[in-house]
Parts: sequence; C-alpha cells; structure tokens
Amino acid sequence: MRITVDGETLAGEAGQTIAGVLLAAGRRSWRRAPSGAPRGVFCGIGVCFDCLVIVNGVRDVRACRRRAQEGDIVTTQSRTEAP
Amino acid sequence: MSRHVVIVGAGPAGLAAASAALRAGAEVTLIDAADQAGGQYHRMPPDTYRPFRVLDRCDWWPESSVWSLERHDERRPPRVHVLTGPADGDGRRRRFLDPDALVLAPGAHDRTLPFPGWDLPGVFTAGAAQALVKGERVVVGDQVLVAGSGPFLLPVAASLLEAGTRVREVLEANPPRTVLRGWGRRPWELAAQPDKAAELAAYAARLARHRVPYRTGRAVIEARGDGRVEEAVTARLRADWSVVPGTERTLSVDAVSVTHGFTPQLELPVAAGCVLRDGFVLVDGDQATSSPGVYAAGEVTGIAGAPAARAEGLVAGWTAAGGPPSELRLTRRRRDRARAFGLRLAAAHPIGQGWPGWLRPDTVVCRCEETSYESLCRAASENPAARAVRLASRAGLGPCQARICGPTVAELSPESPDPHHRPIAQPIRLGELAARSEAAEKESTP
Repeated sequence: MRITVDGETLAGEAGQTIAGVLLAAGRRSWRRAPSGAPRGVFCGIGVCFDCLVIVNGVRDVRACRRRAQEGDIVTTQSRTEAP
Repeated sequence: MSRHVVIVGAGPAGLAAASAALRAGAEVTLIDAADQAGGQYHRMPPDTYRPFRVLDRCDWWPESSVWSLERHDERRPPRVHVLTGPADGDGRRRRFLDPDALVLAPGAHDRTLPFPGWDLPGVFTAGAAQALVKGERVVVGDQVLVAGSGPFLLPVAASLLEAGTRVREVLEANPPRTVLRGWGRRPWELAAQPDKAAELAAYAARLARHRVPYRTGRAVIEARGDGRVEEAVTARLRADWSVVPGTERTLSVDAVSVTHGFTPQLELPVAAGCVLRDGFVLVDGDQATSSPGVYAAGEVTGIAGAPAARAEGLVAGWTAAGGPPSELRLTRRRRDRARAFGLRLAAAHPIGQGWPGWLRPDTVVCRCEETSYESLCRAASENPAARAVRLASRAGLGPCQARICGPTVAELSPESPDPHHRPIAQPIRLGELAARSEAAEKESTP
C-alpha cells in the first residue's frame, strides 16, 4: 500500500494508520504547534490531536485514527499558518 | 416487542454488555469509533483480526462516533447522535437512535503529567507505545525508557521487548513502601485475583530475562533533544514525588513512554447527566447511573482493568435489557472482587503531590495551546475561577479540548473545575452538522 506525504511516496502495510506509515518510515514529527514546535504522535488513540494531517484535501484528520488507503494524498499541516 | 439497548464502546465492557443484553432477549446496537471491536485491550493488527462472535448477533456499527447525547425527556435515556464513516472525514453518515436503555462503556486514556520536554516528538504515552506495537507493528523507538506509575508499565515494556526494542529501564515513581502497602492491604482479597498476580509475575519475569532494570521511587523528570528525544533525565523521588536533589541521571534514549494512570472518558456520561463521584461515574449495584435508563460499565466507573470491565458490562447489559436481577448473583460477586482490585491499584500507585516541582516556568502544560506553567499560575492568581483560567491562559481551548491537560490544570488551579461538558463530544465538520440526519429505528428492528 502506498501513500504520498508532502509529495514523497511512502510504503505501508495494509491496515496501518497514516501515523503508523509515517512512524514506520522513520518520521517522528509532521505537524507544527502554534510556536512552530514539532509534533507527531503522543497518545496514539485519538485523544491528543497532536498528529493532525490533511488527507485528500480534508484538514484536521487524526493520523493515528485514520487507516491509510492506497493512493491517499497526505499533506502536513501547521497551526502557525492560517488554514 | 423486545427492548432496544444501545451500547457505546466495544471494548471488554461493551462486548460483555452486548452479549448479556442479547441473552436477556434485547435487540442490541453496538457502536464504536474504531473499525474493529475490542477496544485498546484487544487491539490487534487487521491481518490477525479475530472477530468477536457477539457482533454477528447485534447491529454492529463500526467507525461510528457518538458526537452528542440529547436529553429531550427526563424519564427516558437520551437520543444518541452518531456519525459513521472514516475518522475525521467529511460527508459521514449522520444518524440517531432513541433506545430503551443506553450502556456507556467508552473507556479511559492515559493520564500523563507534564515535565520539561514532554512535548518533544519521541515522548509517547504508554498507551500509544502499546497501541502502535499491537495494532500497527510499529515500535516507538530502538532505545526506550518506560516510566510513570502503575502496573500498566509492565505489559508496555513487555510488548516493546517482544517487538525487538531495547527497553533501557522501567521506572515506577512510587517508592516500594507505597506500592507494597497498596497491594498488600487486605491480602485475602488478592488471593481472589490469581490471574492478575500471575500476569504481573509473567511480565516481571520477561523484564528479568531481558535484564531490564525495574526501579521504584524514580521518574523521568525531563526529556531533551533537538527536535526529537535524544536523552532523558531521571531522578529519585521522595514518597510525595518531589525530586531528591543530586540524584539526577541522564540516559541516552530515542523514545520515552510514560503514563501516570488513566483518565476516564467522561464526555458522554456528563452529556447524559450522570452524577459523578471522585471523578468517575456513580453507579449502583445494577450499574445504573443517576440518569434514567443510562448504565455505565468499565473504566468510566473506576480504573480496575479488563476483568472488572467485563463483569460490569455483563451486569449493565443484563439489567439494561430488563433481565431478572436474581440470575446475576455470581457475576455481581465477581464484579465486586474485581472492583476491590481497582481500589488496591489506586492505593498502590497514587500520584504524589510533589510533582509540580518538576516543572519550570516555561514548561508546556497544555500541549495544544502551549500554555506554560508560568502563564497558567499567573492566570490562576489573577482570577481562580476555572473558566477565567481557561480564557486567560488558553489552557484546554485547543484541538484536544482539555482531554490531555484537563486533570493537570485542575490540580494546578486553586478552584478545581468540573469535568468539561462538551455538547459536541467528538469532532464533527460544520457541513456534516448542517446535513440532515436520519432516524435509525428501521435498521435496528429485525
């Protein structure tokens, strides 16, 4: 299963969440907090909202909750910029 | 016509509630936000997924979030508003249910106290480390420090070891005296929980086999690194969790997995109008809450582990379905014993009052809004009302809506706020909110 993240193709196993694919690819962080500090997964079960990403144009998707689907286009998002 | 019981949460408590309600002759709708049943306890990768048989006999709604409970008639359970579709997607299906009885079994999540650097990537809750290994076959790091308090540290360390990670140390913040006194009180009750004791012994043996030190009275008090965790500072603690000066040690790690206990997910019980006691949903011997037709089971009534959750679920599902109370004597007894285990757990692994000593003025307390300890204290000194503290410091006003920092802010504020009432319990997009919702009665009638 392949998804693209900010234009880069990442391979994942079927059934992994987007967070799982990103972590397995060695990425630790992909979001910026209001100060610009990097954020990735913290709670892993959909509570903390630290891992938000844009999936196929839809913002604020919890990467740890969304199962990655073949061809998903994921873009990282930041709270330092306006949506 | 049989009673219609709606159960929210398909972890050990919700699954048990579903099977008991079915056995009592009810028609059951079981709802969970995940696409697989089992909750965090039974989490597993999709290819090893083993379906629970009870799902075949009820109306099973996976990938469905209850975003609101609407109380329209004080004598009846609230209307249950549900969104079905991919997590945080748009255009999800919006439905509602008007059950004869409602069982709430939403579970709990990790409580993590703040410390300098806890917002660095590479710091994970213990639940995250566990969920990623169990559900995704991903490890949080190669050199991991597992720290905090409670028996949950052991299975987390064990599953990391199993996945090939090097666990550097497992740190229990409470001193041996507190742990032993908590577990050792009323020993005859412990004898009734041989499974738990055997489970813990097996984890301890696994740590020993991998030569992982398990230390008590020691905690992670800082994480450091440039953009990600590179090292952790640990220190010896007094019984109240204040740091013993001069005992700091630096450990080179690439991840820290930390938990200081669990926080019940109270959004739905609060929305249903359930009375709380000591931060948990108050239930009677039938698992009935103070709200008519609303039952609660599992970690929302007290943190006591899966056996207690299952037993509570059986009682809740059975009574919600109108089953005769006399048939549940043994289950009730099992539930009461399992609950006693929960009290013991709380006594053995309390959070010490001295932990704010770990914080520095610039330590982030609210991760979403990056509220610092200093600005939270300043806001609280200007106006201690919970609402004023939130508005002045922005603590709890970010995307997670205080799910993570809420208990911490409450402890650090002179006036403890009540658990938040969130009329919207789960994220819903404005377009979805505006869309017409359909009654789901037709589907739930066989």
